[in-house]
Amino acid sequence: MTVTNHSLLVVLIAAGVTYGTPLLYAALGELLAERSGVLNLGVEGMMLVGAVMGFWTVERFHTNSNVALAAAIAVAALAGALMASIHAFLVITLRASQIVSGLALTIFAGAAGLSSYLGNDLNLADLPAAHTFNPVFPSSMRQWRVIGPILFGHNLLVYASWALVVLLILYLNRTRLGLNVRAVGESPAAADAMGINVAAYRYAHTIAGGAFAGIGGATYTLAITPQWVDGITGGAGWIAIALVIFAFWRPELCLVGAYFFGALLDVAPELQARQISLGPTVLWTNSVPYIATIAVLVLVSASSVKRRLGAPAALGIAYTREER
Amino acid sequence: MQVRIERRLSQPRWLAVAVPAGSLLFAFVTAGIVLLATGHNPLTEYRKLFDAGFIEPGALDQTLITATPLMFTGLAAAAAFRMRLFNIGAEGQLYVGAITAGAAGLYFGGNGGPSAFAIAAMVVCGCLGGALWASIPGVLRAFFKTNEIITSLMLNYVAGYLLTYLIFDSESYWRDTSGFNATVFPTGKALPNSALWPAWTIHLQGGIPVPLGLGFALLVAVILFVLYRRTRFGFEVQVLSDSERAARYGGVRVRRKILAVMAISGAIAGLGGASQDGDFRHMLDGDPNGLQKLGYGYTGIVIAALARYNPFAVVAIAFVLGGLENAGNTLQGVDFPAGLVGVIQGIILFSALGGELLVRYRVRVGRRSSTGPVSAAA
Repeated sequence: MTVTNHSLLVVLIAAGVTYGTPLLYAALGELLAERSGVLNLGVEGMMLVGAVMGFWTVERFHTNSNVALAAAIAVAALAGALMASIHAFLVITLRASQIVSGLALTIFAGAAGLSSYLGNDLNLADLPAAHTFNPVFPSSMRQWRVIGPILFGHNLLVYASWALVVLLILYLNRTRLGLNVRAVGESPAAADAMGINVAAYRYAHTIAGGAFAGIGGATYTLAITPQWVDGITGGAGWIAIALVIFAFWRPELCLVGAYFFGALLDVAPELQARQISLGPTVLWTNSVPYIATIAVLVLVSASSVKRRLGAPAALGIAYTREER
Repeated sequence: MQVRIERRLSQPRWLAVAVPAGSLLFAFVTAGIVLLATGHNPLTEYRKLFDAGFIEPGALDQTLITATPLMFTGLAAAAAFRMRLFNIGAEGQLYVGAITAGAAGLYFGGNGGPSAFAIAAMVVCGCLGGALWASIPGVLRAFFKTNEIITSLMLNYVAGYLLTYLIFDSESYWRDTSGFNATVFPTGKALPNSALWPAWTIHLQGGIPVPLGLGFALLVAVILFVLYRRTRFGFEVQVLSDSERAARYGGVRVRRKILAVMAISGAIAGLGGASQDGDFRHMLDGDPNGLQKLGYGYTGIVIAALARYNPFAVVAIAFVLGGLENAGNTLQGVDFPAGLVGVIQGIILFSALGGELLVRYRVRVGRRSSTGPVSAAA
């Protein structure tokens, strides 16, 4: 955050939007997969591969900035989708444990795996990004009091994520396809009897979820940092998985939750930037997003509203016709 | 023609060996394709890996140093996963065990008591620290049904910050505050000699030191095996993992089992932390690029899954993957990209998972059975 003449609260909200955007993309992707009944714990890994491949694209393709960035997002989405398709094959076709397979995906693709291999092998460390997503609106608008930084201070990825939230709400609640997805997630046997291809729906949504996670990862390397370092997401993928639970599997609540956690992620750096000495509290401010994740999860699971408000009934369970 | 997947009525014994072996082979072939695609020769890379992990002078020393913590984290994961309690917090539990054992080593090693006493105190405190840290997700799971996967993982980050904080951002008991050098380059206080763990030497390759921690890991493997195969506790855990409803009906106290299994799992990881202090680092390592970069807790999950949660298989596989990891660390550089070892581990895990299908199901390719609708119509 370069603008420091705004009040701390405004800055934190604006930062919440900035740092919450990758969480939002990843959470929306996970939401899609989970709504179809597939739990994918590989979000962190998919984000990291998206981050490294998006960054690689802008470094290697010397075209004008807009083309390069569009290509980077496409490549990141593709990379994330590829990772998700491994998980989809294992859990949908081979009926492997969704939990273990998701963990395997994070280990395979994560900070000590494929993303690190690619980043180091392609020599991407310590380079500044050749192209980055910049704020869309002119700086005069960004200086407006309060709403300037919060609403107009962002790049295209942020506004695209807002559109994505609206699209997902419409898709899940107002279209035939969305209805089918929910049926597959709630009762695959009933969906199968209706003539819906359960496996096809699960594949499609798990892979689409991976694509969103890939874009979420690329948000770090193309907009937030913007450079590549090993393990750049720092656990964001896991926070995104938790977000889907707090959001009761609803896209609009994912947005609220993502911005809340985005703001928490910025508390420590923001206080340091303002020369407010943290002293012994540096430990707590760094840990806040992780502890808050646990706290909110406990609240949600303890209040037993979970069953009424959205967990897909068939989440995590492989579907086989013979064994219903 | 049709592919049919049927549940096996009995699981043939040979598959239990063939599947992990086949997984390893498949993983190396697939990773070889990744290597080829990125312009490396897989055969030379694998040769280098094997030499650096097991053959070169000093390689086995290093491999044991890497394999020991992996045995602890692998056993920790296996202990919990067996009950379908997905504790992926062995990483953080190991840090906390290192912190508590470090305090015990500094305290009891410094006041002139016998070495055995200091070591015993470190073992106990390491286990307690890990068990306490693991009990946070354990209690939350038992009493609020909070998903232990996410909570235990989030606590890994918190434990990492705590570890760094103790050495870098505070004047804690663990930090070396003597002298000018120590204030510029923060480091842990060296453990007194009587708190250092002894090692035995095997006379191979000019002497390979076997750390005391390795002995503890073997002991833990035996205890776990007996606990899960030969006791009522283990039987109840097994029933619980197969069907929670059946277990409740049979009078198993589910909450207690969750608490106990999480604590056991955490204690094993914490003992791994104690071994880090006593065997290898001889202080509390708070460097974000030191212990925390190695990800022993996560590799432990790979090992446990590959071993199908069998404690003795965990020990054997930890040795193999320890060699792989050690080779990866040694070779890491320009012509050997970091992360390759993680890629291979991930693929091993994927193929082991896919291979599970072959253990549990029979795959048949061919026409439907003769009594099916196809022949009836003919």
